[in-house]
Amino acid sequence: MRKLFEKIVQWVLTGSGFVTSIVILLIIGFLFTEGAGLFRGRVIEEGYVLALNKENPVSRLTAEQIKGVFDEDIANWKEVGGPDLPIETFRLEDVDRYFSEEELGPQYERAGEAIVGWVEEHPGAIAFVPRVMIPEEADLHYIEDRTISPAEVFAGAEWFPTATPAPLFGMLPLLAGTLWVSLFAILFALPFGLSVAIYMSEVASERMRSILKPVIELLNGIPSVVYGFFGLIVIVPLLQQGFDLPVGESGLAGSIVLAIMALPTMITVAEDAMRSCPRSLREASLALGATRWQTIYRVVIPASMSGITSGVVLGIGRAVGETMAVLMVTGNAAVIPTSILEPLRTIPATIAAELGEAPAGGSHYQALFLLGVILFFITLVINMSVEYISSKNK
Amino acid sequence: MKKIEVKEVDFYYGKFHALKHISMEVEQNDVVAFIGPSGCGKSTFLRLFNRMNDLIPGSRLTGQVLIDGRDIYAPGVEIDRLRKEVGMVFQRPNPFPKSIFDNVAYGLRVNGIRDKSFIAHRVEEALKGAALWNEVKDKLKASAFALSGGQQQRLCIARAMAVSPSVLLMDEPASALDPISTAKIEELIRELKKEVTIIIVTHNMQQAARVSDRTAFFYMGEMVECGETKMIFTNPSKEATQNYITGRFG
Repeated sequence: MRKLFEKIVQWVLTGSGFVTSIVILLIIGFLFTEGAGLFRGRVIEEGYVLALNKENPVSRLTAEQIKGVFDEDIANWKEVGGPDLPIETFRLEDVDRYFSEEELGPQYERAGEAIVGWVEEHPGAIAFVPRVMIPEEADLHYIEDRTISPAEVFAGAEWFPTATPAPLFGMLPLLAGTLWVSLFAILFALPFGLSVAIYMSEVASERMRSILKPVIELLNGIPSVVYGFFGLIVIVPLLQQGFDLPVGESGLAGSIVLAIMALPTMITVAEDAMRSCPRSLREASLALGATRWQTIYRVVIPASMSGITSGVVLGIGRAVGETMAVLMVTGNAAVIPTSILEPLRTIPATIAAELGEAPAGGSHYQALFLLGVILFFITLVINMSVEYISSKNK
Repeated sequence: MKKIEVKEVDFYYGKFHALKHISMEVEQNDVVAFIGPSGCGKSTFLRLFNRMNDLIPGSRLTGQVLIDGRDIYAPGVEIDRLRKEVGMVFQRPNPFPKSIFDNVAYGLRVNGIRDKSFIAHRVEEALKGAALWNEVKDKLKASAFALSGGQQQRLCIARAMAVSPSVLLMDEPASALDPISTAKIEELIRELKKEVTIIIVTHNMQQAARVSDRTAFFYMGEMVECGETKMIFTNPSKEATQNYITGRFG
């Protein structure tokens, strides 16, 4: 009977371990397949073509060039390697401005022909139209459509997922924003966190510690949206006045809020690590004539280094993955930041802000999953470096 | 020559009267063994000589402890200077998580010595003094944790000796070691007594008999008797001592 019971317990434990691992693997697999789907997507919006006059030799344009053409930043074909001709763009939305109702027909049944005619007449024309509208016999020339390449995603400097006809998925600004904010958050949190941890573990009286510790742990329980709110109401205006900025929402505001959020984890873990430094090591150091401070920085801190680094890295982990607070205070401008005082946008904030608007299965949606994959890799690298550091210390 | 004099010392942990009215003297270059059952106060007494008990909140001492004629509990005594003068080896080997070299050099460095060649010289001397040099001279950069327990304890002795103390306190230094390592430590004690005055706490009465010149027996916070080791073990004057060394209690 007892044997059977033990067998059942063993089964349940094995089963739950198995199920958990499978679920985690499935999530990662899902993330990867969805994210990789982006590279099967087309540069030009699905079902549409970019039609040119047949005299125009240009047949390849990058997504950025397409955006430039339709934003009228690029006004002449020679800027993209074509003849010296001014560019005339045509979007389907403008159809009523170009043609009269008679030309289009009451049900727009003649719109295709009209557009084809217009393109044939204008040597510098480029028209963004659904493929189905173009009659088969039309004598036009099309911009070559291709799949989105990894280079324009990972090295692209522009994140413009809703641009038509060619959305831009350059992830550099988001990656830079994330790293930038996290780096500064750590720079702010590290000195404070370590000092408080040292104070609590080595200096504070037992009474002081018994008050301080629960207070700091309480900070860990505050929802991030509350921190974001605090940042928006207090830190953002302060920065705006203090640095005389046009807007206070900036990378700096995000870093400060993140630093405050990372502090409790950092302090608690580092403090625990230092307190668990064996008494015998402290005594050995003191018995050799070392002062209390020499003992702290020469023995206690090095001996608890792996614990302290885990604390710091857990803090970084929180900073890298934090969404809500950052979304609220960084201003969310998807540009590569040149200064910490500018608005910027992080990966988690982008996913949170845009996933609701991205049509499921579309390129934008897949690009957001790919951001998730990148985030996953960042955390993976951080975790592995912790393992490496702590294994080196032993 | 008198190295240490203890005059009517009482010691309290809060309300607990841990050491009761103890007086004794230790001659220079003697090895003195403290024996007695667990909780008798012998370790507490040992820790008075380098003021290690100061770390315990609520501890209090009355009376005088003199080393080289100076009261180490007088106001104005610099505790870190005192501890450099009075080294200590603990019950369990407690090397720092550093290299072998850095362990031995630690005491020199915290005492403000920067001269690299001097440090290297002292480290070598101390390791030789602890009969460890031949075993570690090719791996001074290796972690101290790579050594065996007995080697670690000799490393701790070298570490204590590197700062050239004149008194060495040993708190059951061989209790966590195997018989061969224990024998090495005991041999070392006989060597080291040429340089320093040694006070050793031990649970092992044979060890006390083997290494010490004088032995003090402690019981319930009192020093029952103190005298020549031969006398204590062959012809103790107190019945409690007799009972303890013959194994009737303890």
